[in-house]
Amino acid sequence: MINLMKRYLMGLLAVPVVFGLSALGAVQADFPQRPLTVMIPYTAGGASDFQARIVTIPAEDVLGQPVAIINRPGAGGQVGWNQVVQSFGTDGHELAGYNVPHFIAQSIMHDTHYNKDNLEPIANWGADPAVLIVSRDSQFDTLEDLVEYAKANPGRVTVSGAGQFVGHHIATLQLERAAGIELRYVPTSGGVDAMRFVQGGQSMAGFNNLSDAYRARDRLKILAIADVQRDEEFLPDVPTLKERGFDVDDSSVNFRGVMAPKGVPEDRLEMLSEAFVKMFNDDRSKRRMSAGGSPLRVMNRAETREMWERQQVALEELFEGMEAN
Amino acid sequence: MELLTYLPEVFSGVNLVILILGTVVGLLLGAMPGVSPTMAVALLIPFTFQMDATSGLILLGVIYASTVAGGAVSAILVNIPGAPANIATILDGHPMAKSGRATEALHYCFISSGIGGVLGVLVLIFFTPPLAELALRFGPSELFWVAILGVTVIGSLGSASVLKGLIAGAFGIWISLIGFNPILGTERFVFTSHLQGGVSIVPALIGLFAIPQVLYMVESAWRGQSGEEFRMESRSIWRSVRYNLSRVRTLTLGSVVGAIVGLIPGAGGQIAGLLAYDQSKKFSKNPENYGKGEADGVISSESANNAMVGSSLVPMLSLGIPGSPTAAVLLGGLLIQGLFPGPDLFSQHGQVVWTFLGALLAAQILLMVFGLYISSLSRYVIRIPRQYMAGAVAVLAIFGTYSVQHSYSDVLVMLVLGTGMYFAMRYGFGPGPVVLGIILGPIAEENLLQGLIIAPALDGPVPYFFTGTINIVLISLCLVSVGYSIYSELKIRSRRRAAQSAEASGK
Repeated sequence: MINLMKRYLMGLLAVPVVFGLSALGAVQADFPQRPLTVMIPYTAGGASDFQARIVTIPAEDVLGQPVAIINRPGAGGQVGWNQVVQSFGTDGHELAGYNVPHFIAQSIMHDTHYNKDNLEPIANWGADPAVLIVSRDSQFDTLEDLVEYAKANPGRVTVSGAGQFVGHHIATLQLERAAGIELRYVPTSGGVDAMRFVQGGQSMAGFNNLSDAYRARDRLKILAIADVQRDEEFLPDVPTLKERGFDVDDSSVNFRGVMAPKGVPEDRLEMLSEAFVKMFNDDRSKRRMSAGGSPLRVMNRAETREMWERQQVALEELFEGMEAN
Repeated sequence: MELLTYLPEVFSGVNLVILILGTVVGLLLGAMPGVSPTMAVALLIPFTFQMDATSGLILLGVIYASTVAGGAVSAILVNIPGAPANIATILDGHPMAKSGRATEALHYCFISSGIGGVLGVLVLIFFTPPLAELALRFGPSELFWVAILGVTVIGSLGSASVLKGLIAGAFGIWISLIGFNPILGTERFVFTSHLQGGVSIVPALIGLFAIPQVLYMVESAWRGQSGEEFRMESRSIWRSVRYNLSRVRTLTLGSVVGAIVGLIPGAGGQIAGLLAYDQSKKFSKNPENYGKGEADGVISSESANNAMVGSSLVPMLSLGIPGSPTAAVLLGGLLIQGLFPGPDLFSQHGQVVWTFLGALLAAQILLMVFGLYISSLSRYVIRIPRQYMAGAVAVLAIFGTYSVQHSYSDVLVMLVLGTGMYFAMRYGFGPGPVVLGIILGPIAEENLLQGLIIAPALDGPVPYFFTGTINIVLISLCLVSVGYSIYSELKIRSRRRAAQSAEASGK
């Protein structure tokens, strides 16, 4: 016990020591000079928030500086992301988390200050596909049951998701088109709420994050996954929409990563990208991510930029002719 | 029973240190305006990374329980609620302090917090499975009616008249509409970039309560008045305990209301305290004493907001659905530790969960003990001269507002709202209804919009919002609440008239 206490006390003492050491380190490299902040535009405790906290745990070992997570929630991420381009400094200390397709879709459909061109990707840590879920005691046992019912009762099947124009909404739109059915999408204020709607029977079905559905799998039936391949690690038995004959690609997969506002010097971006990729591949992050059913997909700057561009094209096509209401 | 098996774990080594330190730190953090329970828990999450799961959870749970209680200190002594949960405590707590009963008010606050808190945790320990199912049944229509039930309380909250209360409440609801539509994400009423994210609750709360107080203190110091100086009486704790325990009905009412509101996803402590206060006023034999320093007002509000703590964890631990905003943050702390809510949590991580529950129970008792001790120290706060006090509160208000999300816009919004409130208070408007409007507006709006999206897929909006057991119960409660307000207002008026005419005929 005394040993444990000692450990905590040492931990507390270590704080000033680490600050002191990093001041020494600054002689060698002028960046980063102080702790970095990563702004997450969603509430503390949500999937984006807790994953960001997990994957940045190794920060101090890799960067020599800790990473602090700041939450700036509101309007499905719009409040926080607007701030990235409006008020963030461009010295590379102020970073933000991104969710694709969310921010790209919002920049297409809403009058946002941000778009894929005034933001700089740094690295991607996760790819959380949308899965179609119904509650344990639902009348639907398979994807086909649901589609058939929706065909017979147009607009009667409610589908909850984490908000307007997020991955879950996009998956719903894609399924509607591919199956020729009419669903009724119910936006909620986040993945946790959307899950509550399904479990409590407020909506007949829902699209939700694979990670959240995986953790709640004993209270749900997971009917399908909106991705190009099955998830062999967590849900090997769940079919993709595609293999069941509905032409739905991976546009709705929720990519999570870290970005900076445009204007951060090139060499710092490179250095950050390298450091974050290293952090995301660290065993500590990997183990904790895997325990929570959160699929890891690490991509560097160039790969992430390429993914953003691809999503922009796909989403513009999907939203063609839609009103933002 | 598992709880007893793991109880020794609670009081061993590091856990005990965390339990005691957490309670004291939580009480102090809670007493600072701006540090709401939600924020305190979010602040401490990074510290739990270095701890094992049990200690980390204990820290977060203990902070949650004690910040809710600590917020009453500043509510009673300086008329500024430490957190939204303590708004109702102000209504009678501060008048009690002004009439020289500050220590007594603080005593009631901590005794009731402890009792309510213990009951809430017992609900969590013994009734989790059935109540979690009940919590799931609250959908958009039910939550909409919960918000409306909150609105029916607005009129009776610390304004000169019901009409002024309603005007202030409507203003609060309008403020809550600024920013983004919570469901569709479109912007409205945003005229400057400062208002972009809308007005958040904590800056509004600090501004509306603290700034008028600061200006009032400056004004009276400037005029050379000592102002409403009051002294702290010395009062025996046992006398307070005896009186407090004799208010069985108020305590039960407060705890039950708190426990029920805690279960409802997304409602939280701020509503628990207000609804309990309102109910106890309506059940009281002398409702006209409320707002003037009625001990029952403090007892009901504080027992309710601490009873909410335990029960807000019911749906969280068993289903992963938080019952309050703070529980949502706590859920994040749980997930980071690799503990995933659900029935498995109890079977696979029994040791962690039962130790956590035991610690939560112990924390409620500890916060009562430390709280009572702090009550006797609080007199030093009162001895501070007004001009210094005004400075200190102003600094705390600005610091507290800025620290919520590192935003100067929040500070500006806080100052503007507060200054406006200072002048509005001269015309008999109270800050309570405005804050309530800001809290309830988004809950009502979001659920109404969602309900209207869902309804066409069922049988249309009217059956969706007006049928179903829970809806009907809630609608009846709303009607009773409004009806009773009108009835008691008329009764008080006729009693006053009778007294006046008796006086006139006596002359």
